[in-house]
Amino acid sequence: MPNTLATVAYTVAAALFILSLSGLGNPETARRGNFYGIAGMLIALIATAASKGFTGYGMLALALIPAALIGWVLASRVKMTEMPQLVALLHSFVGAAAVLVGFATLLDPENHLVGTEAMIHSVEIYIGVCIGAITFTGSVIAFAKLHGLIGGKPLILPARHLANVVVLVVTVWIGFEFVGAVEAGEVARSMWLLGAATGITSLLGIHMVMAIGGADMPVVVSMLNSYSGWAAAAAGFMLSNDLLIITGALVGSSGAILSYIMCKGMNRSFVSVILGGFGAAEGTAVVVEGEHQEIDVNQTVSLIKNAKSIVIVPGYGMAVAQAQHTLSEITKDLEAAGTTVRFAIHPIAGRLPGHMNVLLAEANVSYDIVLEMDEINKDFPETDLVLVIGANDIVNPSAIDDPASSIAGMPVLEVWNAKDVIVMKRSMASGYAGIANPLFFKPNTQMLFGDAKKNVDAILTAFRSH
Amino acid sequence: MRIGIPKEIHPGERRVAGTPRTVKDLIHMGFTVIVEEGAGNAAEHYDEMYAEAGATITKDVKSLWAESDIILKVHSPQFNKAVDAHEADLIKQGGCLIGFIWPAQNQEILDKLNARGASVLAMDCVPRITRAQKVDALSAMANAAGYRAVIEAVNVYPRFLTGQSTAAGAIKPAKVLVIGAGVAGLAAIGTAKSLGAIVRAFDTRLEAGDQVRSMGAEFLELDFAEEGAGSGGYAKVMSKEFLEAEMKLFAQQAMDVDIIITTALIPGKPAPLLITAGMVESMREGGVIIDMAAQQGGNCALTKPGHLVTHKGVRIVGYTDLPSRMAIQTSWLYASTLVNMVDEMGGAENFAIDMDNEIVRGALVCHQGKTTWPPPQVAHPVVATSPDQPRAETQKPIAAEVKKPSNTVRYVVLLIAALALFGLGVSAPESFLSHFTVFVLACFVGWQVVWNVAPALHTPLMSVTNAISGIILIGGMMHLSGAPTHTITILSEIAVFIAAINISGGFLVTRRMLSMFHR
Repeated sequence: MPNTLATVAYTVAAALFILSLSGLGNPETARRGNFYGIAGMLIALIATAASKGFTGYGMLALALIPAALIGWVLASRVKMTEMPQLVALLHSFVGAAAVLVGFATLLDPENHLVGTEAMIHSVEIYIGVCIGAITFTGSVIAFAKLHGLIGGKPLILPARHLANVVVLVVTVWIGFEFVGAVEAGEVARSMWLLGAATGITSLLGIHMVMAIGGADMPVVVSMLNSYSGWAAAAAGFMLSNDLLIITGALVGSSGAILSYIMCKGMNRSFVSVILGGFGAAEGTAVVVEGEHQEIDVNQTVSLIKNAKSIVIVPGYGMAVAQAQHTLSEITKDLEAAGTTVRFAIHPIAGRLPGHMNVLLAEANVSYDIVLEMDEINKDFPETDLVLVIGANDIVNPSAIDDPASSIAGMPVLEVWNAKDVIVMKRSMASGYAGIANPLFFKPNTQMLFGDAKKNVDAILTAFRSH
Repeated sequence: MRIGIPKEIHPGERRVAGTPRTVKDLIHMGFTVIVEEGAGNAAEHYDEMYAEAGATITKDVKSLWAESDIILKVHSPQFNKAVDAHEADLIKQGGCLIGFIWPAQNQEILDKLNARGASVLAMDCVPRITRAQKVDALSAMANAAGYRAVIEAVNVYPRFLTGQSTAAGAIKPAKVLVIGAGVAGLAAIGTAKSLGAIVRAFDTRLEAGDQVRSMGAEFLELDFAEEGAGSGGYAKVMSKEFLEAEMKLFAQQAMDVDIIITTALIPGKPAPLLITAGMVESMREGGVIIDMAAQQGGNCALTKPGHLVTHKGVRIVGYTDLPSRMAIQTSWLYASTLVNMVDEMGGAENFAIDMDNEIVRGALVCHQGKTTWPPPQVAHPVVATSPDQPRAETQKPIAAEVKKPSNTVRYVVLLIAALALFGLGVSAPESFLSHFTVFVLACFVGWQVVWNVAPALHTPLMSVTNAISGIILIGGMMHLSGAPTHTITILSEIAVFIAAINISGGFLVTRRMLSMFHR
């Protein structure tokens, strides 16, 4: 295939990727969007494999076929609740690939660039490898945190901002040395310097994600997504490949916007999320004390039966307990009995944006009754009963009334305005933000302790037997 | 404070502005309530029921008006023959009147009320904003009227609505066309649908399409691009070409459908003529037209407001009192919005005209001797409502406070960016710049594409972009052609391997997630 034809194929692939992203904007067109993405990827792959000078078919098949199978198995086996981890893990692959491509490009003997072009080329390699390394280790840590391999609490090192700045300065300095070494033709030294840069930026990636609290994880995953795009774009620059540049830039900028949209949902600045988790907030929050009231399943059922309108607020606890299917059945029974049931989704509920929507969709809950925070907050005063299932920080009133609280100013679901609130939780423990929740002590709040799934199952059984 | 509820004197009106239940609510709020004798008779609310709720019953109309601080009414004031006086002249000096006023059509009544210095709140002028839904009497009445329109149609329609296959032969379902998919139209669609008819609907506002479909009806569209949404959720006047296309559609439909229900209204104007005499004649014998716009002149050329006329086998119903035909419940619904309005104004203790309250200001048509209608414009795009769904939220809460960089900072950033670009332009080689151009443009495309993503789709979007970023595989492939033992080839092989895992895993996960989304 002549290279001009490959370029045309790349243009088609790039257009398909753009269509894919815009298709994903709306539930009606989302499936088509995914299809466009697959088509674009296939076209890009075939065009590259068929382009002039490509001979490594054996090697390609050797890598591609088992990898595609592994990916397929991973994706089809993963539980919906483990989706965030999987996405984070996959990000790390892109980061690692970017690092490897960077090294390979540096070693490429067919590189005959001179002067400014050569210098720019080294800079591109350097940047690509650094971003790739940050993406790789950052994603691995994010995966570990989401999978519960390491704790969700932010790791706050003393003088961490200073440490970050020092690492950045050192990285830039190594970069200068590296460019000089490449220019002077010192292959071994340039390799060594690039390796050092990889190491130090890997540490930066680890530290950066370690310092971010569990509650901010959705933003981090989306940010790493953005990084993986920038890494691909950098690889495109070093290989003079426009398709990589376009695709990388698309992914990079869309990931950045997504992070920004999420930060806005939490009323937090992007910079402060990146630089430190919730633990970094100043001031001491008011200590919450008081008696909470407990309720049992039967009382819960009678409250549910008497309610005309019910709002269900799901959180990560529902995802963990896999309670969404039973919840969906309860919803259908209640709707059949004439009760208005709706779901209220906080933008940061769960560990990924839209996490709850995906789970509820899986459980056949119609998306007409799944509402966003802005849509439903005004309705709480007219709501008879709110069921909070495994959610905590997103229904914490201190975000509104306690300026010293670390989540002050974050928009929350104002469930306490409803007539009755039942909170299903395993214990009185605090949520990911690590702060107490005055909601549990409000006079109209009752606590139903235990595993969300078991409780919801019991409610369904009791509801049907009455 | 005292609230007076007089008997409605508008001919044929059965509703009343207070029911025993709402009287109780008002008394609970701290008001004393006087009800005219027999005020609720037509709505099956009898004097003793009011008395039991705590109201005082009086025969003396004049003193009821003169002694009440607030008068609750359904219709705008009119001449009362029984006491030989206009109701507007009876109101207490500086008193308050709440009811349907229709200020655009009733200038002389406003003048009379102003002469008494009355504060008048028109329930028909309540702004169509989210917060005002509890005082939205028009929607409550329109919902009832839409339901009743179908019932009246069925009443004079000499056929079945639903289709049946019987041993004696098959009966085809009736076809119903609803023109105008506002609250009334949607209620009519739902009612006709539930009686088994095939329902079609038309509206100039394209946004109504989804609501129509959500009620299970077919949404008729013109091959014509013009958006008909005006301010406040009403339709606007359309262009001539549009109207011609629209009339053509109606002419075709008239020959096909059995029942036509028209609800087309344009605020402050006579109702648009949509169904010509010719269209009526083209309908099947036994056809029915329910003209819900009869009060404003009617959408059908042959409508006689207030009456049922038969023209060549087609019955044209021009009743103007559809809500009043269900007076027990419509009285209560309407009276409830009045209670909410009184509550909004401060209840018995803090009752006041608050000009800063958007609802009160919007409804206030007379105050301290001056006409205060129309109110200063506050722009609120409102999506028309369907009766069984909560009104779509159109007002976003004030955006989260995000610190805006000061102008100086912005200029400095711009300057640095300009200098950097200048530097690039001067020193960078051409090959780099062409890539750079592509890069910047792609960033903008990504930026634009993602803004409008529905929050529910954030996770699938992330996983699809993740799969797409596996494009780095191409980078690995570019170094695959060397000897298999060479370091470069091995590095690239690993890169291709892991990138491929990412690609297949990412797309499959996305597909799995998306396959779950359904309505």
